[in-house]
Amino acid sequence: MTRKLIKSVINIENKEHEFIGEVSLLEQETWGKNDTLKIIGKEISRIDAVDKISGTASYTSDINLPGQLYGKFLRSPYPSAKILKIDLSKANALKGVKHILTYENTAKYKWYYETSFLLDPIVRYEGDEVAFVAAESEEIAEEALKLISIEYAKLPFVVDTEKASTEKNIKVHNWGNIVEPSEYKRGNIETGFADADFTIEDEFRTSVVLHNPTEPHCSVVNWDNDELVIYDSTQAVYQIRELAANALGIEQEKVRVIKKYMGGGFGSKLDLGKYTIAAAIVSRELKKPVKVVMDRKEQNLCVGNRPDSIQKFKVGIKKEGLLTALQLNSMGTVGAFPEGAGLSWPAKTMYKCPNLLVNEKSILTNAGAARAFRAPGHVQGIFGLESLMDECAAKLNMNPLEFRLKNYTEVDPVSNQPYTSKKLKEAYKKAADLIGWEDWKAAGSSKSVNRIGLGMASQIWWGGGGPPAHANIKLDKKGNITIYSGTQDLGTGTYTFIAMVASEVLQIPIERFNVVIGDTKLCPYAPVSGGSMTAPSVSPAVRDAAERLKEKLMDTAAILFDEEKNSIKYSNGFCVNSDGSKKVSLSEIAGHLNEQDLLIKGSRNENPKGYAINTFGAQFAKVEVDTLTGKVTVLKISASYDIGRVLNKLTLDNQIRGGIIMGLGYALMEERIIDENFGKVLTTNLHTYKIPTMMDIPEIVIEIASDYDPMISNTGVKGVGEPAIIPTAAAIANAVNNALGVRIKSLPITPDKVLIALYVSK
Amino acid sequence: MTINFRLNGNDTSVELAVNKRVVDLLREDLQLTGTKEGCSIGECGACTIIVNSKAVNSCMLLAQQLEGCDVITVEGLSDGEKLHKLQENFLKYGGIQCGFCTPGMLMSAYALFLENPKPTVDDIKTAIEGNLCRCTGYKPIIEAISASANS
Repeated sequence: MTRKLIKSVINIENKEHEFIGEVSLLEQETWGKNDTLKIIGKEISRIDAVDKISGTASYTSDINLPGQLYGKFLRSPYPSAKILKIDLSKANALKGVKHILTYENTAKYKWYYETSFLLDPIVRYEGDEVAFVAAESEEIAEEALKLISIEYAKLPFVVDTEKASTEKNIKVHNWGNIVEPSEYKRGNIETGFADADFTIEDEFRTSVVLHNPTEPHCSVVNWDNDELVIYDSTQAVYQIRELAANALGIEQEKVRVIKKYMGGGFGSKLDLGKYTIAAAIVSRELKKPVKVVMDRKEQNLCVGNRPDSIQKFKVGIKKEGLLTALQLNSMGTVGAFPEGAGLSWPAKTMYKCPNLLVNEKSILTNAGAARAFRAPGHVQGIFGLESLMDECAAKLNMNPLEFRLKNYTEVDPVSNQPYTSKKLKEAYKKAADLIGWEDWKAAGSSKSVNRIGLGMASQIWWGGGGPPAHANIKLDKKGNITIYSGTQDLGTGTYTFIAMVASEVLQIPIERFNVVIGDTKLCPYAPVSGGSMTAPSVSPAVRDAAERLKEKLMDTAAILFDEEKNSIKYSNGFCVNSDGSKKVSLSEIAGHLNEQDLLIKGSRNENPKGYAINTFGAQFAKVEVDTLTGKVTVLKISASYDIGRVLNKLTLDNQIRGGIIMGLGYALMEERIIDENFGKVLTTNLHTYKIPTMMDIPEIVIEIASDYDPMISNTGVKGVGEPAIIPTAAAIANAVNNALGVRIKSLPITPDKVLIALYVSK
Repeated sequence: MTINFRLNGNDTSVELAVNKRVVDLLREDLQLTGTKEGCSIGECGACTIIVNSKAVNSCMLLAQQLEGCDVITVEGLSDGEKLHKLQENFLKYGGIQCGFCTPGMLMSAYALFLENPKPTVDDIKTAIEGNLCRCTGYKPIIEAISASANS
């Protein structure tokens, strides 16, 4: 037996998920350090790059099927209303309009964890779906939206998080405005505060931010007889297959989800879109393909966001710098439907603190629903926690890094389990050296107009991945090798690392491998691309498949040479017999096989039991603040991480830099703003919702502190996508405080906040 | 109406509706989907093409305005199989991640070179600022353009 079925629990995007699936039992030792390897860890250009630079790469929005219709949603202009009357007569009379769905003529497809429907007579946020038009062109569909007449009864609404949390009269749903309050206790918080020499109370806030991937959300949907084919810009082909099948009440086997290339997701493309199901309903009825592409305004209203946060801390510390107690009360808005705004995992797990009390609330408001956004919870939580840790260090006149090292933990404080690997101390040292941390001075040392500051922050995340994750490798009679896995490439480099891992094992150039991913019909199951789990889950499955293929090739060579298998050597795509007199290439072996192709399944192993698997890292920031204008310029960020093994240095650096720049946006400029008088979002385009441009980027230096994780898998890889963004805003905020001697406690740190803080502090 | 223009070096004549945008003409009528649409209102730069040696957002231009113009899209950048040096350097420096902003980045950079064959890093940043990328952190894109300028 080289496989078995197991049950495993994996944390994905801040939620625990249970999986039952097959794992590989082959004992493949983790590779040695990358300098002993031929291709892994090198800077390798993406194998899909030529497609992307020549304009031939096919994204979902580029797919057009013969005879397709175009779908568009009519969306509520009000944050809260009841639909009284729908008049479709004018819209239906428009030439080219083929079908219009409203709640009156559509079955009640349950949505948002059964708190609403695909089309609901009650609309709960500006942008909520009211009707779906399918027409012969996008222009006709848009024109038809204007001709639909809806009579609404406007209802009272609430868009402010704090107000919604105490509001008695205005309820987003009739059951209230608070979702799943949760409590976590460790030790005894009272004793902890009694033991402290000092206590500090503080409050930190963050804003709602929007994913804004460059490619809008889109689907092209078609029924091929009784099979539903969905081309979707998604991070999760298998999950979309399951959710779409459940939504439509059909078998998963009747749904095929395909995604070749996509223009980013950042968590916003993990969920099934209403547009996909509306398109499927119309497509089934009219027997025509339906294409739906969202516009940028819809992107900014309706496909998720990172919840805001109000984080109230009380912390107890000893004179020598040890944390004795930490209390956190937090809330954040998840918009109009149940989601989670929890952010306490950093507080629970970053430091050794014996006594903890955490209370968290997710608040409903009349705004677009939240969705996982690159390290959900941790980005907000680390900002609060790491701002607080700097305040603690300042109280003790201690260097912020020294304070953190005093509270360093070698075991996971929640489970008390050791880590499979933790190289955070090494990461601190590398990132500190790269920024010039020896120049750090206490906050407010500079009195000049332009003030320089240094700050730092730590990072923790999951990112160990896990089973089930599979990869099939196929060798055809001509010697072509194709690898299939039901994973997906968000642009992170999945195609490339799959070819690299197989190339390392089979010792042949990566050009020899054809990689097919993102297709539920062709590829075996692999997990969603969220939770930084793609590379740590899929790379071991690919290695397993390639190792099994190598074994099979050697078996075949032994038969061809008429020798014992253990005398056969494999080298650079050839099998050689014991005395070196006979040599056969992989392609020749394939040609000898009396099977059409050789198809071998590889699987990820089980994670080690009794260990916590986490990624760690630190970022240090150097900023300049103009005290006349309040403008913060980030001059430099240094970053160092324990993310296990580096698969591809080129794509790794891209991922980390991209995360840092997104974190910089979060720190200094990104913010969804809602007009409280009308409940309407003011930041629905990229002019009003600012994301960093080329002019905003600092110098970034990156050094990885880890060689590989020795325990988790045959590749020793942990994920990096989310760790990259987690500490950036906190490091920048701490650097701004260091420059000014005044702390800005809410994100984004815009010039007005800086000027007000300076004025108040005078 | 019918318009005549040069597209990637070829004389092109198309029949079109007066309200058709250039991005739709390219992506739908001519199936040149290399040009991407990210925002539809000229803010993201994904749809950048070159019209008479200038970088323009093709979502902000009516197709009829192309009459008599010389148009280059990302599909016209390489010389057959031979990649343009910009493309080669985007490959080499990793100036690509999800790739959705890449065609627009390439076209803005190409237009910059037409105007200024030896741009400084500041020139590059100024020229490409209107092209938004959410993945790479921009650095490898600047490096790739810089390297192309110096070759």
